[in-house]
Amino acid sequence: MGLLSKKDTKLITDPLADNNPITIQVLGICSALAITAELKASIVMSISVMFVLGLGNVVISLMRNIIPSKIRIIVQLTVVAALVIIVDQVLKAFAYELSKTLSVFVGLIITNCIIMGRFEAFALANGPWKSFLDGIGNSLGYAVILIIVGFFRELLGSGTLLGFPVLGDPIAKTGLYAIGYENNGFMLLSPMALIVVGIIIWVQRTRNKALVEDH
Amino acid sequence: MGLKDNLHNFKVKNKGKKWLPAFSAIHTFLFLPNEVTHNGTHIKAADDLKRTMNTVIMAMVPCLIFGMFNAGYQHHIAFDGIQAVSGGFFSPEFWTLDNFLVGFWKILPLVIVSYGVGLGIEFIFAIIKGHEVEEGYLVTGMLVPLIVPIDIPLWMLAVAVIFGVVIGKEVFGGTGMNILNPALTIRAFLFFAYPTWMSGDKVWVEGAVARDQAIAAGQNLDAVSGETILGSLAQGKEVAHSVADMFFGFIPGSIGETSTLLIILGGLFLIFAKIGSWRIMLSSVLGALAVGLIFNQVVDAGVITETSKFYGLMSTPFWHHLLIGGFAFGTVFMATDPVTASQTNKGKWYYGFLVGFISILIRVFNPAYPEGVMLAILLMNVFAPTIDHYVVQGNVKKRKKRLKVKTA
Repeated sequence: MGLLSKKDTKLITDPLADNNPITIQVLGICSALAITAELKASIVMSISVMFVLGLGNVVISLMRNIIPSKIRIIVQLTVVAALVIIVDQVLKAFAYELSKTLSVFVGLIITNCIIMGRFEAFALANGPWKSFLDGIGNSLGYAVILIIVGFFRELLGSGTLLGFPVLGDPIAKTGLYAIGYENNGFMLLSPMALIVVGIIIWVQRTRNKALVEDH
Repeated sequence: MGLKDNLHNFKVKNKGKKWLPAFSAIHTFLFLPNEVTHNGTHIKAADDLKRTMNTVIMAMVPCLIFGMFNAGYQHHIAFDGIQAVSGGFFSPEFWTLDNFLVGFWKILPLVIVSYGVGLGIEFIFAIIKGHEVEEGYLVTGMLVPLIVPIDIPLWMLAVAVIFGVVIGKEVFGGTGMNILNPALTIRAFLFFAYPTWMSGDKVWVEGAVARDQAIAAGQNLDAVSGETILGSLAQGKEVAHSVADMFFGFIPGSIGETSTLLIILGGLFLIFAKIGSWRIMLSSVLGALAVGLIFNQVVDAGVITETSKFYGLMSTPFWHHLLIGGFAFGTVFMATDPVTASQTNKGKWYYGFLVGFISILIRVFNPAYPEGVMLAILLMNVFAPTIDHYVVQGNVKKRKKRLKVKTA
């Protein structure tokens, strides 16, 4: 028997595509729009969410039998808040510049609907190992979209990838800029992130008709 | 056997083939519109989508031709130092072949790119979805070259057209289903994506951008300024153009929107042909006048002094707002778009009034976007269904009340 049973693998792979938290459940949109102007920020945000969601799911799952259901939301909030503070402090200590770029959005992981959604829907009813896999799977699904959006926004908006100028230098007019290419400023604005997410949803539903809702 | 029969036979023979929509589009374009019902009782009208679209294009042609002359005229004033025309609209110095050719060779590629790319996308979508190509792009394709600065690079226009047609129209289901005006979506995309090419005082005169780049590269040239009236006012500078120039259109600006006179004529033609809604046009003008008048009163009352950054635009005589910027063009050709405007007669009054009102509000209070008409119309496009909803609900309520009174 391998490390993961078939059911466990599904916990990881399902949220990547067919049950993606962003494109299918339409959760966690706000942060996907706000911080994806740079690929680096998207990646760091994804890792932060992965940490919070993976660990949080385990903690909630361990406590699930002793949390009174009337106050479960506040307990969940406390757990998320504690984990988010850890992430925030670590970022401030080791990646200060980046933590300034991400600004308030690290703190706002607390309000990320994916996290509360997974706590409510999965961790409260399943064991710690499964919850951990579910948390990792969902945050991977979140990460995939964030990285795709971040990739296109940084590439088309600033002509760089992870800060490296891949399209040439816009000021010295080298590379693509020599033949008249210009950076697309719209890509750096949040509305364009919404449109990019929309296009991903469009492509996904065209490829898999089972995802299209009937009216 | 004529061409028409040949085409028809060809169509019948190839029924069900994948690329047939593209072919029928050409057939439709040349000879007949989308076929409609064959039996039953129906009201038949002579006008169809194609005729409607063609009428709008006819109304825009004077603006296009004037735009070509004006582009050359602005170019020559800026570069060759010719005197500004004094004889008004019929002065022969303006209507020279020289002026026309400069504009013609700049604007023709814009028109070709706009139609080529836009129709290409329509064809692709028609083939994928297997429906016939609608004539909806005909007007959009004409509007787009008229509302961009003359020096816009062609690839930018192409990217914007792709964006506008796909995101602004096809995702909603194509012609007639769109929420936003596609031409304005294209312009808005350009405006936010490439702001240096869409605003400022260097883009409105043909050749000024190139010269600016040459200066930046170290050549010793005089800079050319083609400041629009809105730009000058927003910065609180003196306006170099007379009111007559504004009315006739001898001013720098987007290609087709400078001549208020020709736009009014086009608008009258649209009203005469019953294509454009006079309610929207009139109420939009009223809305703009109302807010302009309020601003003038505020300035007269001394609330806003010359030190305020809004003084320039607020103290402009209220009726000047109708002549400058894209207000007239937007009101006549964009706000009246039958798909995206309000559908109910009462709704059209509200819709138009708010378009005019918000246009001038944005123009005055947002110095970064001196052209508020585009944003105002897009905003009201989104609200149009809501307006219609409340107008219809209001009518339902009124009728219910009347019924109660009768039966009681």
